[in-house]
Amino acid sequence: MPGLDINSITKKFGNFAAVDNVQLNVPHGTFVCLLGPSGCGKTTLLRMIAGLEEPTNGAIVLDGEDITPLPTHKRNLGMVFQSLALFPHLSVGDNIAYALRIRGASKEEQKKRVDELLSLIHLTGFADRPVAKLSGGQRQRVAIARALALSPKLFLLDEPLSALDAKLREAMQVELRQLQQRLGITTIVVTHDQREAMTMADLVVVMGHGKILQAAPPIEIYRKPADAFVADFIGITNLLPAEVDSTGRTTILGTAIPGLAMPAGQTKASVSVRPEDVHLGSPGGSAITGEVSFVRDLGGTIETFVDVGGTSIIAVTTPRERHDVPVGAKVGVTLPPASCVVLGA
Amino acid sequence: MRREAPKSVADYTPLFFPALMLIVFFVVPFSTMIAVSFFKRNPSGFYTPDFVFDNYARFLSVFFGGVLGFSLMLAVLVAVCCVCIAFPFTYLLTRRPRRVQTLWLVGLLSVLSLSEVIIGFAWSTLFSRTAGITNLFVAIGLMDKPVALLPTFGAVLTGMVYQALPYTILVLYPALVRLDPTLLEAARTLGASPIRAFFNVVAPALRNTIVATLIMVFVFALGSYLLPQILGRPQHWTLSVLITDQAIYQSNMPFAAAMAVFLVLISLALVGLTLLVGRRENAL
Ligand SMILES: Nc1ncnc2c1ncn2[C@@H]1O[C@H](COP(=O)(O)OP(=O)(O)O)[C@@H](O)[C@H]1O
Ligand SMILES: [Mg+2]
Repeated sequence: MPGLDINSITKKFGNFAAVDNVQLNVPHGTFVCLLGPSGCGKTTLLRMIAGLEEPTNGAIVLDGEDITPLPTHKRNLGMVFQSLALFPHLSVGDNIAYALRIRGASKEEQKKRVDELLSLIHLTGFADRPVAKLSGGQRQRVAIARALALSPKLFLLDEPLSALDAKLREAMQVELRQLQQRLGITTIVVTHDQREAMTMADLVVVMGHGKILQAAPPIEIYRKPADAFVADFIGITNLLPAEVDSTGRTTILGTAIPGLAMPAGQTKASVSVRPEDVHLGSPGGSAITGEVSFVRDLGGTIETFVDVGGTSIIAVTTPRERHDVPVGAKVGVTLPPASCVVLGA
Repeated sequence: MRREAPKSVADYTPLFFPALMLIVFFVVPFSTMIAVSFFKRNPSGFYTPDFVFDNYARFLSVFFGGVLGFSLMLAVLVAVCCVCIAFPFTYLLTRRPRRVQTLWLVGLLSVLSLSEVIIGFAWSTLFSRTAGITNLFVAIGLMDKPVALLPTFGAVLTGMVYQALPYTILVLYPALVRLDPTLLEAARTLGASPIRAFFNVVAPALRNTIVATLIMVFVFALGSYLLPQILGRPQHWTLSVLITDQAIYQSNMPFAAAMAVFLVLISLALVGLTLLVGRRENAL
């Protein structure tokens, strides 16, 4: 079966499990983002796939072949490191040709492939430059080209864009995704930036404390987070306590939300509502009444913070649909039941 | 940072101390030595001020030429051996946990506290027939009977490498510790075996450090004059031994000074040449 199978991989440093029994299937040609807070084991997992770290337990199977016992240099993969790790004593061309040189490719072959890759990363004519003379974005692209020189089966990147400034990072995200789609290569990117993951990935894998918390397409992760941690980590969300009252209705902050059902037998839960799903209207009726405590007007979007008995609810609107709600005004907050995701306890 | 041209004499005060040190400990002794090297030897006493080239002329003989050649060869060999041993060693050391590294470095520092005399006599015992390591080899059945391993060239080389090795490691250590370990890993993901990656990536990335270390050990080894005498035959004596001999036992200061000046000039020339070659390669 083509693709990458990670079978119950565990990595322990002493008694501490950095990666804890991770199970994941990555179909061939998929773009995966490993997403999670710092220290949750993303790099360790990636390094085990690359063979740079030996798993304590479990196996890594690539296209049906168990590659766990193979040393890194026999795994046929390309990797981009967080530090990029470009060879400082080699030119751009020689950096990219390094893998070909190791394989004993002829000078002409090397040159042909280097030119091909340089045009792929829009750096035609840079072959003879020393890497020290490149800008951040250019180095980034050279590191990518170098990793792709042998058309590897697997393309691994550890926070590849974290050193770039915000604008360049956004542009590189799009470029990286387009490149991956053109080559159809199975790609795993480690990131702690959810926006980056949403931009690039077919499959987002959210990790926490060495475990996989949820693995799903980005939009599903966003719309149907598995738990409060995922909901909070992916984008901004309102995490609100829901309760079933004595008459059997589900209430949030004391106001009944008709149409919102709790899982059978449960009387308390956390509910996640995305800020863009929150409606602001006039107080009264079936709405939750609160007071505007802060307005963040970003031009393109407006974030309104509504205080409801000590709990803050964020609503995001565009200027077009904006109600004029100054700080201190009383507003009614409506939560559409369809947009409320009931999370595990 | 403020970069203004100094305006008054007071602005130069920070330079006084280093300048004074340089003058007292380098310029004065070295000038004296150069001057003495042109003096005339007085067989009954010491020397008389003069300006003659006799001392240099005497040096330009086959014998002294041979000794000079041998000294340079020995120093180069010691430098190469030290770097070849110390580089992989230090590299592996930097991959160990911090605590292990500290222990090793403390151990190496304690070796530095040994004087050349102690090192010389320790090795001469180790290499002797009666109490040396060959007795150990006999005991474990590797050899038939104990032999003396000295005086030989190998013994001189071993002693000098032993003496210079801690310096070499301590000079290489900071550069290797700072080396980005992902360079090596990157090479491995690109299909290079660990050993190949080491020679392809780690060694070239640290080329300047290696050249600097070679020069340092070379200069260090040139000055060694006890070990060749303790562990070698007279044909293994270096120019430093002859200089000591002339200066102290033959009381021929002018000739000793001339040899010393010559040695300094040749070493400087070699070091300059190495740097020049390095610069040229860098430019490529
Ligand atoms: N070589 C190691 N020795 C001991 N602990 C380690 C080692 N590498 C990583 N860890 C620990 O494993 C955890 C996960 O690290 P890492 O995979 O680098 O996290 P992430 O990349 O998600 O930020 C961290 O708590 C880290 O301290
Ligand atoms: Mg990491």
